[in-house]
Amino acid sequence: MKRATQAAETPQVGRSIPRLESWLKVTGRAEYVHNLRLPGMLYGKIFRSNVAHGRIKNIDVSAARALAGVYRVVTGKDIQEVIPEPFYGPAFHDQPILALDKVRYVGEPVAVVLASDPHVAEAATHLISAEYEELPAVYDEVEAMTSKAIVHDVLKPAGTFPDLKHLQGKKNTNLALDFRLRRGNPDKAFKAAARVFEHRFRTQQVMHTPLEPLVSVAECTEDTLTIHTASQSPSFVRIEIARLLGWAENRVRVRVPFLGGGFGAKLYIKLEALVSVLSLITRKPVKIALTMEEQFFTITKHASTFRIKSGVDAGGRIVARECEVWWNGGAYADIGPRVTQKSGFTAPGPYDIEHVAIDSYALYTNLPPAGALRGFGIPQLVWAYESHTDLMARELGVDPVAFRRQNLLKEGRPQATGTVMHDAATEKVLDRLGALMDWKKPFDQGKGTVRRGRGIAVGFKACISNTTSLAAVGVNADGSCTVYCSTVDMGQGSDTTMAQIVGEVLRVPAESVRVVHSDTDVTPFDMATLGSRSMFHMGNAVKLAAEDALQKINHLRKELGLGPDSAVPEIFRKKYGMRAGSVMGTASFNPPYTPPDANGLTDNATPFWMVGGTGVELEVDTETGRVRITRLVNVADVGTPVNPKIVESQLSGAAIMQLGFTLFEKMLFDDQGQLRNASLAEYKIPGFLDLPDEIVNEAVAAEQKSGPFGAKGVGETATFGLSPAVANAIHDAVGIRLTELPMNPEAVFTKMQSR
Amino acid sequence: MRSEVQFQLNGEPVSAQVAPHESLVEVLQEQFGLYGARESCGQGLCGCCTVLVDGVAVSGCLQLAALINKKNVVTVEAGLTLDPVQEAFIESGAFQCGFCTPGIVLMTRQLLDENPDPDEDAIRHYLSGNLCRCAAYPEIIKAVQLAAQKRRKT
Repeated sequence: MKRATQAAETPQVGRSIPRLESWLKVTGRAEYVHNLRLPGMLYGKIFRSNVAHGRIKNIDVSAARALAGVYRVVTGKDIQEVIPEPFYGPAFHDQPILALDKVRYVGEPVAVVLASDPHVAEAATHLISAEYEELPAVYDEVEAMTSKAIVHDVLKPAGTFPDLKHLQGKKNTNLALDFRLRRGNPDKAFKAAARVFEHRFRTQQVMHTPLEPLVSVAECTEDTLTIHTASQSPSFVRIEIARLLGWAENRVRVRVPFLGGGFGAKLYIKLEALVSVLSLITRKPVKIALTMEEQFFTITKHASTFRIKSGVDAGGRIVARECEVWWNGGAYADIGPRVTQKSGFTAPGPYDIEHVAIDSYALYTNLPPAGALRGFGIPQLVWAYESHTDLMARELGVDPVAFRRQNLLKEGRPQATGTVMHDAATEKVLDRLGALMDWKKPFDQGKGTVRRGRGIAVGFKACISNTTSLAAVGVNADGSCTVYCSTVDMGQGSDTTMAQIVGEVLRVPAESVRVVHSDTDVTPFDMATLGSRSMFHMGNAVKLAAEDALQKINHLRKELGLGPDSAVPEIFRKKYGMRAGSVMGTASFNPPYTPPDANGLTDNATPFWMVGGTGVELEVDTETGRVRITRLVNVADVGTPVNPKIVESQLSGAAIMQLGFTLFEKMLFDDQGQLRNASLAEYKIPGFLDLPDEIVNEAVAAEQKSGPFGAKGVGETATFGLSPAVANAIHDAVGIRLTELPMNPEAVFTKMQSR
Repeated sequence: MRSEVQFQLNGEPVSAQVAPHESLVEVLQEQFGLYGARESCGQGLCGCCTVLVDGVAVSGCLQLAALINKKNVVTVEAGLTLDPVQEAFIESGAFQCGFCTPGIVLMTRQLLDENPDPDEDAIRHYLSGNLCRCAAYPEIIKAVQLAAQKRRKT
């Protein structure tokens, strides 16, 4: 195709261009909701529950109300005057905007103080007191299955998901979803197996800690509401707020600028419902900006327990696998039931196993709610199945890479659900990992008090389905291009890569393309920015929209008798007699999906697979238990990268984040469900001194044929294998097996002592 | 309750009425519309609120504004053009969400003022008080080295 004026002379896809918003970010001028102040705005500060489970007897707000400068104090009952049924959530309508009859975890919002000075509002929260009739509480996910402490009196699934319908109105249970998969005949296969291995693993509760804590602002007019929010899911926020208020969607406007990190923390409803109601009550703009401490009481990552059992035949083939996974969802379901199912079905790992049984349970407990955190449950699963794989290889006396290679799920073979694998480079990832680790060469195990070890792990993920993205691409009278899409740039670089896709289709430099940030009055529907779905789903939608715009331009060319090389400004000038007009290309992308049957089987579980492999070389100080990563290798199938530099940053950043969850991050609760370390002073996240000495990142040569220019998602892929690779390497170094995260010096040292 | 403080802000003489409990970050945001220094952990542990006071990097969320009288305050917004550190951060892709970036840029300038040619170990230690949850750390280390090169050339 011949290029128009202003044309890009190089392909736009595949270029490592700097992020479009670079100048804004290095000069401190990028727009975040954090910065937003509106005239007459009130600040809300939250009074929270100090008991894990209790019936609210009384909330005394009189002293708070009396404090000079306090505008208003609001409790759950005041919320009900605006919204009689103030319960929200993506899977269950179980979470009240402010606690009503009960509190279900320490830190649950109970009341809000509003004042124009946030310090006054904060001071007033300390003058509120609440009385509770304490109820028995449950904290452990396995105990929650049989506990007499029941977190929710009645289950209230949202009704949008068919697989949750059977839970409607259920009582006396903490089970928010029981996903089940049966393939082949596992019982028979286990009996016939030469060897059977069974292990149990656990992961801890951790938190996303985006450095921009959760923040939302709402302002209302007579009949509309505008919500400025640090959200990964503006379209969901609009739908859910409209549902809660009983309003038409077009009366609710949700605006999202840049996010200061998200990682899954800023999904669905967090503060949006609360600020909306507060704005409607006061008829003033209301802002709530959480502190870092408060984030720990808002959204977390599931703790989990995984029992895994495998049958292996005499030739070393895994023939049967049984997986039982308990997900600690905390007090409100959030997206937990989806994690339980959408990730649950990959619990057997990237292995070709004939007979499989999976039971994956989403459980309510009296802890802060858990949702999605960079991997949607996958890192918890890979932790277990790749630790298990390594243990089996050791027991069988076979090389762990060769054992994986023998059992790997290859192109064209059915995964546990029955969905046939396509464009999942499992073999390439494992082979490159082995090569980059020099696996076949002898490895120096160290001597004296410092011992060295190495380990690998491979994991995979199905992109969540069924989801939809819409996009529009405008071509202006001067030929410049504007993208309208609701994908949120939270640091993953989506603005830049979407511009590259448009630049490629319309032959303009990506740097010249403008990406309009999410504004539901302007940008069309998108399911959410989550689960590494945007490059594939929104990337396809944006590409189709750009192609639609191009088609319309070509149609104009034909209509006006202009040649195929005619410049865009010339077309518009001829059409309108002046510099005027524009064309708008639009598209929606909703890849096909088949819901699982009663046995969890489906021929189309996902539109694409992500594959990630991790290799680790480390040192264990046998006198202190301290682990130092000397070399970290991330290998991934990301399809064909649109921006290789951004892809590398995503791989490396995800792995370092997971290193925190692997080696030290842990939310510590006492026996009353009180969190003991809700601050960065006591909850340490990875810093410069925690970096591995060397990091190698590689995207294998691959193509996602159904993706935009062969691309697919990458944001989570390097989280998959890290934790088990470290456990496997520690085992290699000092002969101990850790089955619980984090593997901090205390855990390593204690285990070494108990040998 | 409020008292007046007069200080230099990015090279300009300014004054502000501040309450005794107000932090420098609050005053910069509320009264001067400067949002580059931002509160995140609120404990002086993450570096997002870094500003230079009399040439020294401090945690703006812990710095009481009332004590800023007669001091010289510099934020990331100072200057109309990019300096070699900012250029190097862009060229190295040394940020993702950008929330921690201003603090790291300011700390890097201070590091390079003290040590024009830091090795990787020196960079890691000097910047260890700045957290980046996106973990763009390897890119930041490269950016600091590139910035050092650029500064030596000019």
